[in-house]
Amino acid sequence: MTQGIEAQVLRPYKYGFVTDIESDAVPPGLSEDVIRLISQKKGEPAWMLEWRLRAFRQWLAMKEPHWSNVTYGPVDYQAISYYSAPKQKATVESLDQVDPKLLETFEKLGIPLAEQQRLAGVAVDAVFDSVSVATTFRETLAKQGVIFCSISEAIRTYPELVRTYLGSVVPHNDNFFAALNSAVFTDGSFAYIPKGVRCPLELSTYFRINASSTGQFERTLIVADAGSYVSYLEGCSAPMRDENQLHAAVVELVALDDAQIKYSTIQNWYPGDEAGRGGIYNFVTKRGKCLGRNSKISWTQVETGSAITWKYPGCILQGDHSVGEFYSVAVTNNRQQADTGTKMIHLGRNTRSTIVSKGISAGRGQNTYRGLVKILKGASHARNYSQCDSMLIGDQCGAHTFPYIDVRNSTAIMEHEASTSKIGEDQIFYCKQRGLSAEDAVSMIVNGFCREVFKELPMEFAVEAQRLLGISLEGSVG
Amino acid sequence: MTGPLLQVRGLHAEVEGREILRGIDLEVRAGEVHAIMGPNGSGKSTLAQVLAGHPAYAVTAGSVRFRDQDLLALKPEERARAGLFLAFQYPVAIRGITNAYFLRAALNAVRQARGEEPLGPVEFMDALADKVKLIGWDDSYLQRSVNEGFSGGEKKRNEILQLAVLEPALAVLDETDSGLDIDALKTVAGAVVELRRPDNATLLITHYHRILAHVAPDWVHVLAAGRIVKSGRRELALELEERGYDWLREEAAV
Repeated sequence: MTQGIEAQVLRPYKYGFVTDIESDAVPPGLSEDVIRLISQKKGEPAWMLEWRLRAFRQWLAMKEPHWSNVTYGPVDYQAISYYSAPKQKATVESLDQVDPKLLETFEKLGIPLAEQQRLAGVAVDAVFDSVSVATTFRETLAKQGVIFCSISEAIRTYPELVRTYLGSVVPHNDNFFAALNSAVFTDGSFAYIPKGVRCPLELSTYFRINASSTGQFERTLIVADAGSYVSYLEGCSAPMRDENQLHAAVVELVALDDAQIKYSTIQNWYPGDEAGRGGIYNFVTKRGKCLGRNSKISWTQVETGSAITWKYPGCILQGDHSVGEFYSVAVTNNRQQADTGTKMIHLGRNTRSTIVSKGISAGRGQNTYRGLVKILKGASHARNYSQCDSMLIGDQCGAHTFPYIDVRNSTAIMEHEASTSKIGEDQIFYCKQRGLSAEDAVSMIVNGFCREVFKELPMEFAVEAQRLLGISLEGSVG
Repeated sequence: MTGPLLQVRGLHAEVEGREILRGIDLEVRAGEVHAIMGPNGSGKSTLAQVLAGHPAYAVTAGSVRFRDQDLLALKPEERARAGLFLAFQYPVAIRGITNAYFLRAALNAVRQARGEEPLGPVEFMDALADKVKLIGWDDSYLQRSVNEGFSGGEKKRNEILQLAVLEPALAVLDETDSGLDIDALKTVAGAVVELRRPDNATLLITHYHRILAHVAPDWVHVLAAGRIVKSGRRELALELEERGYDWLREEAAV
């Protein structure tokens, strides 16, 4: 069985197909002209272009960060095409006008866009390469005053809202990748939940990279007005390619008084093959701001894909009594590397944060948890609870934990727990002795390990997450 | 089936190149309880692990037939599904998986092998009620993670609960009695007696005589240095209790 534990027979990535569709792409390279072109293609107002150019000029002076615990070759930012859109009508009035090939693509991914086929209670914005191709259930949502559309459309249709909040959580010059995103972002989702409205559907965005030599730079902005609630889910996948593709997204969440945002991610970008060829570089900045009193933002992520993951979804707890949560499962198999965690910045009084991180490493995967909990001077009686658990499968992988704690108010209460465990032969043998196969045993042990996170996911997605985990660890234990 | 349930012949096994079992011969028939006793390091637990197919042990010679099958040719999970159950000396914990879920998964794996329909959660809970009572528990244990935070005694009871649910043809109890207080010992022994049937058998590995006062064995075997050096009826256990093992070692050395 020892050989079995080390055997690495990863099942082929299920979503690795390519859609043969004509696309309108900008030639590789990045310059002010390219940014002007993108802005023009999207029919943006002048202020938006100015914002992009400001970000670009600052980005030029910034250096790619290399403090994370991952290694990769240099990224040639001039070799990437920053805009690729499937050729179709500029604006689509209904699904009938969407290219059938696109509908078929999402169907294959398990995301049928026809509304009657959708999971009950989920509205989807589908983003293909650089553009949003369809947003479902818009009318149902509109009845409650909920706005859910692509960010490009929001910039044109709701410029005041976008101008107020875009960059208010992740400034255009926040970091190297966020600045790059601010300069070139092409699409993404926008949601606004009005005062006192409990969003009647789960909102969801599905991101698909299709074209080669492109990057995906989406930008998502969600604003929950006072007393509102929204649950949002993000999913993604990409074809199998030998090249590394860059995904540098920015997500901003804003919760006003008593508002609540629950943001769940199932990240399944192509992870590369067992030798480490290809795969997505997932360099993402996600941050939420609990601006109002009693507001709450929860991040739940299940990260099974990408060659390299660099992301720290965090919360700025500005409003008094606001709450931030981070629940994460990150899996690295084969040659995958992940450096992920969260930042909880406590500004307001009686703010609370919870961090539950589960890292699973198999094969030669390297999994790092990196988290910052910062309690500022004015944040009296702030509380944080952190729990970081790592699980190792086999003996060639690694788990690393870097918790940073910075407390400037003596009334704070901090708790930190950490554990590292190994799926041992004894555990698997025990399950086998009860009649379970090795695969069922591993899946059971891993799912049990992740349970605290899975229970935070909306029901359908918890099932999806468990399944995905099974696939991404398949063959890692015999 | 006419022959013995379990037939072990000339079994040799080693771990990390060290020979532990040096020629075990043993026959267990349906309806019987056999006690295996012996000093520390005599190979009792190794025998249990080898029968269950633990990968750390290598069989170097001999044969084992179980229900007319070549046991050694089966994978551990196949042995379990064929009706061999090992109550572990040190049961492992599985975090985040409830006892109820684990038991049902195990039972359904075994049922499937027997060609029976899997049980749904509701039917399963019904079937479980009596078994839980048998070991003196209430339902709260079913919602706890498998063995997580369980005391030594609770883990042993949990093994017996699994035994009661899976209803194997042969139960190998590896020092299930050690670490139990008197009341727990009575409950566990009572459950083992309760589960006896004409078509199943128990191999009771133990250090002490005390469980044998509750579970009357048909046969007692003494294991020393990897061999069965003496077999007898129940009285042998009493003799061991009085005289210890040294006299047997001397006898065996002659």
